[in-house]
Amino acid sequence: MDIKSKVVDNVLYIMLKGELDECTASFTRNYLDECFLNSSFSNVVLELSELDFMDSTGIGVLLGRYKKLKSKNKSIYISNPSATIEKIFKMSGIYTIMPKIS
Amino acid sequence: MSYKNEMMLQFTSLIENEGFARLAVASFCAHLALNIEDINDIKTAVSEAVTNAIVHGYCETEGLISISVKISNEQITIIVSDNGVGIPDIHKAIQPFYTTKADMERSGMGFTVMEGFMDEMNVSSKVGDGTTVTLIKYIKK
Repeated sequence: MDIKSKVVDNVLYIMLKGELDECTASFTRNYLDECFLNSSFSNVVLELSELDFMDSTGIGVLLGRYKKLKSKNKSIYISNPSATIEKIFKMSGIYTIMPKIS
Repeated sequence: MSYKNEMMLQFTSLIENEGFARLAVASFCAHLALNIEDINDIKTAVSEAVTNAIVHGYCETEGLISISVKISNEQITIIVSDNGVGIPDIHKAIQPFYTTKADMERSGMGFTVMEGFMDEMNVSSKVGDGTTVTLIKYIKK
């Protein structure tokens, strides 16, 4: 898992590249939480076009991040999930709290 | 059911082995020329079953996980089993969002994903003995 981030116009863009599963969950969790602390932003966009794999562990990681940001009145948006990852997102209902944007 | 092809592998319940398990099952099925969606469905379901075995079955301990894959003309049968703690109430465990580890950011979606991504899912378990998950994907002609 490789993560890149940048802030543009007060939006924190986070690009996840690789695989998000139990093995990479801790790294992802810690990196994102650190990123949230060290950046100034109103909302987050998770860019997933290079996320090749994610299972339901990823849903847990994303929900945890959502809760942390919600307490600070910040929202997370999801962009470009693969077809398979999109299926998991829809199954979990996560789009009701982390909408997909184009 | 007669099987044209089958394999079995066994590995230590380490999260580092999750990617290996997914790839091993996917490459064993590669000669079937499944469409990419089916391959990804299988990889995801295997990942869920293996994660359950590591995180729940062998929680705080370590053991062996076995995966067998059997291919017939009609279907691919994947069996993931462990000798871990077992599931006291399977009906409860497979409910969407049910998890015994909510404090650890677990989504409780593992079985839901397995059920949604495979054509059949069966769980058998005995407390103290372990758990076996059978996942079946039909082969479309």
